[in-house]
Amino acid sequence: MNAAAGGGPPGVVEYVTSHHAEILSWLWSHTWLSVVPVLIGLVVSLPLGYLAARHRWVYPPLVTVGGLLYTIPSLALFVVMPSILGTRILDPVNVVVALSVYTVALLARVVADALGAVPEDVAQAATAMGYTSPQRLLKVDLPLAVPVITAGLRVAVVANVSLVAIAGTIGVPELGQLFTNGFQLSSDGPYYPPIVVGVVLCVALALVLDLVVVVVDRALTPWLRKGART
Amino acid sequence: MITFESVTKRYPGGTVAVDQLDLEAPTGKTTVLVGPSGCGKTTSLRMINRMIEPTSGRVLIDGADTSAVSPARLRRGIGYVIQHSGLLPHRTVVDNIATVPLLLGVDRRTARARSLELLERVGLPQEMAKRYPAQLSGGQQQRVGVARALAADPPVMLMDEPFSAVDPVVREQLQNEFLRLQSDLGKTIVFVTHDIDEAVKLGDQIAVMRVGGTLAQVAGPSELLARPVDAFVAGFVGRDRGYRALGFTTVPSSVPVEREETVRLGESLTTARDRLAHGWVLVVDAEDRPQGWLSEHSVRSARDDLVTPDALNLGGTLATVRGSLRELLDAALSSPSGRGVVTDGQGHLLGTISPAAAVRLIEEHGSTAADAAGRGETA
Repeated sequence: MNAAAGGGPPGVVEYVTSHHAEILSWLWSHTWLSVVPVLIGLVVSLPLGYLAARHRWVYPPLVTVGGLLYTIPSLALFVVMPSILGTRILDPVNVVVALSVYTVALLARVVADALGAVPEDVAQAATAMGYTSPQRLLKVDLPLAVPVITAGLRVAVVANVSLVAIAGTIGVPELGQLFTNGFQLSSDGPYYPPIVVGVVLCVALALVLDLVVVVVDRALTPWLRKGART
Repeated sequence: MITFESVTKRYPGGTVAVDQLDLEAPTGKTTVLVGPSGCGKTTSLRMINRMIEPTSGRVLIDGADTSAVSPARLRRGIGYVIQHSGLLPHRTVVDNIATVPLLLGVDRRTARARSLELLERVGLPQEMAKRYPAQLSGGQQQRVGVARALAADPPVMLMDEPFSAVDPVVREQLQNEFLRLQSDLGKTIVFVTHDIDEAVKLGDQIAVMRVGGTLAQVAGPSELLARPVDAFVAGFVGRDRGYRALGFTTVPSSVPVEREETVRLGESLTTARDRLAHGWVLVVDAEDRPQGWLSEHSVRSARDDLVTPDALNLGGTLATVRGSLRELLDAALSSPSGRGVVTDGQGHLLGTISPAAAVRLIEEHGSTAADAAGRGETA
């Protein structure tokens, strides 16, 4: 794109300065494309996981289907989505839906395991205290499942940051564009700046989102850090 | 009163856990269900609050069929304590105790105030209120479990081996506090245990169950020890039941004690030597409370000139006039000098008694097992 002004091709700093508006907008869309599917996936996974924890026969098919969904290459899913959803090829909804499917594939099982891991004596005692089933789910089982679910969320959110980048190859505007750009600008020999910027931002974004999940987890589970007897 | 009317629990595979159980747990009393594992005692307990539904028969509380109300509502009116406390790990102690009042719609402030009261009632300091269950010892967790069960002041309490997962010392403390609380509160309690000693100690009425879920015998503790109905009950209540039955007879205030020469802590060893009787002298503190026995050997080999606590033999147990004949006999048998130390209610020395005299007293006071049974539970 920008021809080298004098001397060699522009370095990372020059690349960022001249493209900062684009990069920021890609970073923003990359962020929401990563986060929104996790939220949707979580909302869908909670009832699915609950069903699988409550009715044993639901669990094996849930695990199998979840595993199979995860084996579908993301690129294929992005490309197929428009024909399923009736959307345009570059519509970000395709990415959101595809990644939500992956998140559900991962999280539904985690939710089922987390709800199933509530200690038997705690569950029994809660029932004997007079909690109705919905009350027990909301006030006992779910709060106790939080640490396991957030562990799953951390995997999901980081995986999504990397999966979103792939959507760049089909032209969805996000940080993946930096890799496509780098590849296109490498015709006369390797040109690294956009690729370096893309990798650094993806890793940074993953770290920040992971941190957000950790902070939420800590806020929801104060009892876990007061375990030691005093 | 809790009434089982021909209650049967049969599982789909055909296993019968409880078979045609007819039992009444009287109001304000502790009824203990005891028996070997697989006798259906826990199943019976759980059919009271419908954690398990009977296959046939009815369970009534004060004449009302428990199946007529929704399980959740029924359970909020029944205290429940289990072996590993079952406290909610994500709630503080105060919120755990407030669980049932909050479910009943009591406002948070009132529920918490009540929790703090109960915390004190079960012998825990208020500083524990803000802790999480994992920060408490097993015994403390059980106390919180009991407080939680009492929080909504239910007339009925179900206790499923509540003290069996703690060490023996803590268990005895918890049992004693249970008795103290129950004498204040007078709840209708059904208590499950596999430990016959616990059953005898805590129960007003004991229902011995046998494998297959049938009742072997229902009786007060002393009658159960004195007159087991069959070989199964006899075997279950154990070998030394004659001795344990003595636990139900109080030592009379006229107990014939011998005067015992004593020496105080801090007095000279010469004095101690002069007062030795059959090789032993009893050491007391300034208030005449027994501290232990001093043997002739330690008097002669001591390097100090004075009677010090570390030279004492602490082997003997103490009996009190308000205690049981079992304690009296034990004091006589366990004393290194062969003379059992007897104190008044405040711990001051009354005198000593020989094993032979203790046995004579047992005979005189008609405390053989058969007689104890004759007097029933009031003995």
